[in-house]
Amino acid sequence: MKVLVPIKRVIDYNVKVRVKPDNSNVDLTNVKMAINPFCEIAVEEAVRLKEAGVATEIIAVSIGSKSCQEQLRTALALGADRAIQIDTELTLDSINIAKLLQKVVDEEQPQIVLLGKQAIDSDNNQTGQMLGALTSMPQGTFASIVKVEGDKVNVTREVDGGLQTVALNLPAIITTDLRLNEPRYASLPNIMKAKRKPLVVKAAEEFGIDLSPRSNLVKVTPPAVREAGVIVETIEELVEKLRNEAKVI
Amino acid sequence: MAILVIAEHDNLSLKADTLKTVAAAVAIGGDINVLVAGSNCDAAAQEAAKAAGVSKVLVADNSAFEHQLAENMGLLVTELAGDYSHILASATTTGKNFMPRVAALLDVAQISEIIAVESTDTFVRPIYAGNAIATVQSLDATKVITVRSTGFDAVATDGSAEVVALSNVTDAGTSAFVNAELTVSERPDLGAASVVISGGRGMQNGENFKLLEGIADKLGAAIGASRAAVDAGFVPNDMQVGQTGKIVAPDLYIAVGISGAIQHLAGMKDSKVIVAINKDAEAPIFQVADYGIVADLFDVLPELEAAL
Ligand SMILES: Cc1cc2nc3c(=O)[nH]c(=O)nc-3n(C[C@H](O)[C@H](O)[C@H](O)COP(=O)(O)OP(=O)(O)OC[C@H]3O[C@@H](n4cnc5c(N)ncnc54)[C@H](O)[C@@H]3O)c2cc1C
Repeated sequence: MKVLVPIKRVIDYNVKVRVKPDNSNVDLTNVKMAINPFCEIAVEEAVRLKEAGVATEIIAVSIGSKSCQEQLRTALALGADRAIQIDTELTLDSINIAKLLQKVVDEEQPQIVLLGKQAIDSDNNQTGQMLGALTSMPQGTFASIVKVEGDKVNVTREVDGGLQTVALNLPAIITTDLRLNEPRYASLPNIMKAKRKPLVVKAAEEFGIDLSPRSNLVKVTPPAVREAGVIVETIEELVEKLRNEAKVI
Repeated sequence: MAILVIAEHDNLSLKADTLKTVAAAVAIGGDINVLVAGSNCDAAAQEAAKAAGVSKVLVADNSAFEHQLAENMGLLVTELAGDYSHILASATTTGKNFMPRVAALLDVAQISEIIAVESTDTFVRPIYAGNAIATVQSLDATKVITVRSTGFDAVATDGSAEVVALSNVTDAGTSAFVNAELTVSERPDLGAASVVISGGRGMQNGENFKLLEGIADKLGAAIGASRAAVDAGFVPNDMQVGQTGKIVAPDLYIAVGISGAIQHLAGMKDSKVIVAINKDAEAPIFQVADYGIVADLFDVLPELEAAL
């Protein structure tokens, strides 16, 4: 079966983002970028499905400017077979991303679409579910275990109360949580090999979808800063302060 | 304007998150209805009817909704959507699961995890793990929104809404519930507790979380954890606090053996008072802590329990 893995280029998770002085957005100039950590887990899971003989081909797709080819190459180095860049300079709402991905699904007919549960920039947690609805596929979100059995996939999900397992008919959407796997590092030979794997570029306009924005970013401000407090020397002092100063116990 | 709030419940009782989501609906303003979709969920519906500000509770009681599978919920809410300008759900793992399907079926965007309402079409939400706060205006006719519970105070429960049974049954037939392993605890829920004590990698193993339990019992606290503690298998996933776990804002948050990574801070930095216990004076957690103690947790936790 084919597995499709949509991935997103985002700020590196170690970088603390700054807001632009004019409050128009965050400042990403000269900031280190990387593949979204949850997307990386999705690529790893696809590779494991292939190693287990379940998947036969892994296609990575990313929507964005030419720079996201870097993250597609990362996915290829981790084990994806080929890549598609849907080229656009626009910042798209998740609904428009999902519509573009729907077109890719129509064309490629994957049995499983593996996505990250959220991107660590917009923190939206939407795209996989939206794609599920648009393609009428069932979904297993926030996955910590994925088991393909015949024409079904069992997905164990991290939910607020603990874990929940659902059985989904294939084709299905799976979004990854942190504990699904630990992604491997790409080896140097694989990074070299990835440079020669096929990467196709398609213009977003080619898909015939209205990509006009559905929301307007009015402003972006820094969060309220918390002042560092005091260091206390003893537990007695701590308890005294919590009782009498902060009055929280 | 009419607003539909989708209730968060387990058929037997309503989750406090729903009362906070109703508060967000009140802030938007309009006629507020609540949908309780479940199976044998009358008890939850009766509770929802008491939420102040709600005029009507719609009850879709059918086995198709027992586990609120996203496929079936997405279809149901979409069927009802025509009557509403805003559709709200709590940003719990249930709400996050089905709401984007509703948005996609309605061909609108979703505004995720709002923490404040500016106007009927403009909302405030954290991005980049809370390191930036975005004000977003929706351009869609129907606003599909998830609500972060820490942003709103629960409405009172002295209301008396009309309860109306729906006959809608939407079963996509593509997914099925297999089982759930839910953590049973005598302690308050992480999201609802006024005191939270969390352990990190510094706890070294699951057994040592007992050191937190004694303190939690004395303070009526919930116990949380960092991702590192969950990944290492010390404690279950539902205890993770952070950008990608639970967001909490208790009166008192005690971080023990937690370094204070951006992703952890995202889940707790709106707490009223933060205490950090860490043996490394340079740990970033001290930059957000009101009270810090630089010490070995194995020395000070027993002392703390004794002092309470
Ligand atoms: C995509 C993504 C999402 C993430 N989401 C989350 C999330 O939701 N929540 C989250 O918490 N993390 C999250 N993380 C992980 C985060 O980046 C950190 O790795 C994690 O929070 C570290 O956990 P920790 O503080 O327990 O461990 P460490 O960073 O290892 O810190 C352990 C601390 O314990 C102290 N310590 C050790 N021994 C003792 C002792 N005996 N006495 C006192 N102090 C001691 C040390 O000084 C140190 O400061 C995420 C990461 C990524 C990439």
